[in-house]
Amino acid sequence: MSWTERLFGGLKRTSDRLGDNLSGVLTGQTRLEGATLDEIEDVLIMSDLGPAMAARIRDRLAETRFERGADIAAVKAVVADEIAAVLGPVADPLDIDAFPRPQVILVIGVNGSGKTTTIAKLAHYFQELDYGVMLAAGDTFRAAAIGQLRVWAERLGVPIVTGPEGGDAAGVVFDAVKQATATGIDVLIVDTAGRLQNKRELMDELAKIRRVLGKLNPEAPHDVVLVLDATNGQNALQQIATFKELAGVTGLIMTKLDGTARGGVLVAASEQYGLPIHAIGIGEGLEDLRPFDPRQLADAIAGNVE
Amino acid sequence: MFDSLSDRLGTVFDRLRGRGALTEADVRGAMREVRIALLEADVALPVVRSFVEQVTELAVGQDVLRSVTPGQMVVKIVHDGLVEMLGSQSSELDIDVTPPAVVMMVGLQGSGKTTTTAKIAKRLKDKQGKRVLMASLDVNRPAAQEQLATLGAQIDVATLPIVAGQMPVDIAKRALQSAKLQAFDVVLLDTAGRLHVDQQLMDEMQAVARIATPTEMLLVVDSLAGQDAVQVAQNFSEQVALTGVVLTRMDGDARGGAALSMRAVTGKPIKFAGVGEKLDALEIFDPSRVAGRILGMGDVVSLVERAAETINQEDAEAMAAKMAKGQFDLNDLRMQLKQMAQMGGLGALAGMIPGMKKAQAAMAQGGVDDKMLVHMDAMIGSMTPKERAAPQIINAKRKIRIAKGSGTTVQSVNRLLKMHKDMATAMKKIRKMGGLKGLAGMLGKGGGGMGGLGGLLGGGGGMPQLPGGMDKFKK
Ligand SMILES: Nc1nc2c(ncn2[C@@H]2O[C@H](COP(=O)(O)OP(=O)(O)OP(=O)(O)O)[C@@H](O)[C@H]2O)c(=O)[nH]1
Ligand SMILES: Nc1nc2c(ncn2[C@@H]2O[C@H](COP(=O)(O)OP(=O)(O)OP(=O)(O)O)[C@@H](O)[C@H]2O)c(=O)[nH]1
Ligand SMILES: [Mg+2]
Ligand SMILES: [Mg+2]
Repeated sequence: MSWTERLFGGLKRTSDRLGDNLSGVLTGQTRLEGATLDEIEDVLIMSDLGPAMAARIRDRLAETRFERGADIAAVKAVVADEIAAVLGPVADPLDIDAFPRPQVILVIGVNGSGKTTTIAKLAHYFQELDYGVMLAAGDTFRAAAIGQLRVWAERLGVPIVTGPEGGDAAGVVFDAVKQATATGIDVLIVDTAGRLQNKRELMDELAKIRRVLGKLNPEAPHDVVLVLDATNGQNALQQIATFKELAGVTGLIMTKLDGTARGGVLVAASEQYGLPIHAIGIGEGLEDLRPFDPRQLADAIAGNVE
Repeated sequence: MFDSLSDRLGTVFDRLRGRGALTEADVRGAMREVRIALLEADVALPVVRSFVEQVTELAVGQDVLRSVTPGQMVVKIVHDGLVEMLGSQSSELDIDVTPPAVVMMVGLQGSGKTTTTAKIAKRLKDKQGKRVLMASLDVNRPAAQEQLATLGAQIDVATLPIVAGQMPVDIAKRALQSAKLQAFDVVLLDTAGRLHVDQQLMDEMQAVARIATPTEMLLVVDSLAGQDAVQVAQNFSEQVALTGVVLTRMDGDARGGAALSMRAVTGKPIKFAGVGEKLDALEIFDPSRVAGRILGMGDVVSLVERAAETINQEDAEAMAAKMAKGQFDLNDLRMQLKQMAQMGGLGALAGMIPGMKKAQAAMAQGGVDDKMLVHMDAMIGSMTPKERAAPQIINAKRKIRIAKGSGTTVQSVNRLLKMHKDMATAMKKIRKMGGLKGLAGMLGKGGGGMGGLGGLLGGGGGMPQLPGGMDKFKK
């Protein structure tokens, strides 16, 4: 199964529904009727765009004129256009351009969102580009979190810096920057413990990790990547807001888009925060990282796929 | 970020003065706001639709009580409807079988299965004195089995020794055998995370279920979940015989609408709520708290009840009078601190008041604990009456004096002032909610007549019971 099929395989459900329901309604009128707009709005809501964002897109569609008559394909295309317009221009992959090296990438997010797995995927991606990669096991809290990252490091054959379980995360990341700098590593990716954004103490700890990263290299961390779980709903917006404010998020990666969740919160997120979306996760394996393509997500939400 | 439903309905009903029965037009207008509130809380759309329909039917023709506004009346009906729908039969685990009883955990990747497995094991061991064995059937995620083993060691619960390369069905068989041989009462089977569309893994789950014949099959769901929750619930419940749901990460600030979606789709009780990463952070699911949370009202019901038990009447009357004027000075904060201590400390209050999130966060940031209450009282005690009534006049020089007088630091004084400011904002919010009249009345009269707010929230005396028909929310 190709990865687009995997992504779209999940997408069938709601997208089909948009088509099914529209087929009864449309008879080539030049404006969309209330019932059709309702149907589109519902599909948007079910894709997690949120009621407010869905209503806004609906309003815009209400004003759209279909000169050649609205058929299903035309409607889907216009819906996708509207979503894509909000999502903004293009994919924005993580580039390794730090000087001096290493480029330090701090990976953060709520519990279980997919940080550690995404780090393994990123490391693999950079390896393929011939960069030297090192990992830092900054999650000293969760049971066997260090072991989990170590297994990935072994599979990838990349060095990893660890400390004792239950130890000080800031100490581990300090050592890691030191080692990465000394050994001329290109990319240092730092794992952190999952934390809910309303836990002040844990958010302070993150600020501390940031500070420590900057001690040896004032530019570090060069990237602060927030990992979002596509199955999360509207709370993802709060996650972005708080992590951005308290940890200086510079970009997003959304995981678990291989399921039936659409990740529609990215639409509202793009409008509100305009953060680059570096990549998406579509599985649990090393190969399952893909560049984010706004058009693809828009088409998927609108059911504009064959 | 989101307005509470009461805020929204306040606006809808501002124009509405009349009393008497709620007309269909009133209710339909209100239900548009209810719909949005539920969607913002991530209740799945199909569930929102049917819920709104049923509540509309119930609400039309209801008499609006003298003590409440039409908006409050609707909120109450919606709130009670949510409680009814979220509520469940017994939450206890069904492990009363010839041992070993098997409990199997399933769910999406990262939902919290492994952590919850350990939490349940600890609970069974500590609260019911059961001998528990945990086994991880997760052969996918790196170090998954080690994770469970580490947790087992932390809570002193046995885990099945890890045999590298063994497949899930075989691990399950071995777990059952061990449990029989070593006379364990309960076997907990933690499984790998799986997507409901990954048929290969869903088949594996069914294969395990067939040989393990669990008496409890718990679907572990993240309370941050969005609209997709219905698909997940539907697919899992079609493929295995779920007996219940566990909602994790309820310690977050998500509105938790997934709870409603889960109930509606699976029809199974929500047995537990995970409220933290620590292994004692597991609670029995409380429908009325979650209903309030979905509506963005905080846990006002319990607050009202608790307050009624402890608040000194005279203090309360004075406070109510001030609050009615929109004032909240340091004297009030001091009184609040005293009451907090009486009401079971800060932990008990956390999350109960709508709009308190900010104050709560400020408290957490300030490292406020129950000992801090004493310090804060000392700081306020070191202020002049003028300073207490008008905190804005407290400049740097005054701060130094107050810090010295109370044996604290200027930093602490700053924190106290910030907290007061946040709380004042929160109080304004309560006022805006329209809850003040009721709150004032309630505070004034103590436990007796909980009037407006009690009525609004379905907590108190003097409210007629809801009309029949609510039980149709039950699946
Ligand atoms: N289907 C799918 N599963 C994923 C994806 N990314 C991660 N996962 C799975 O999600 C689960 C959690 O992933 P982790 O990488 O451990 O998440 P984390 O954010 O590091 O978790 P904590 O450190 O506990 O906060 C694991 O079972 C992963 O295999 C993805 O893109 N698709
Ligand atoms: N804040 C909070 N974190 C939780 C809760 N339950 C679990 N977690 C955290 O969520 C993350 C994932 O938990 P796990 O128990 O590993 O999840 P899982 O479902 O076993 O994950 P997979 O096996 O990868 O599918 C960990 O960081 C846990 O500490 C909870 O109730 N509150
Ligand atoms: Mg991790
Ligand atoms: Mg697990």
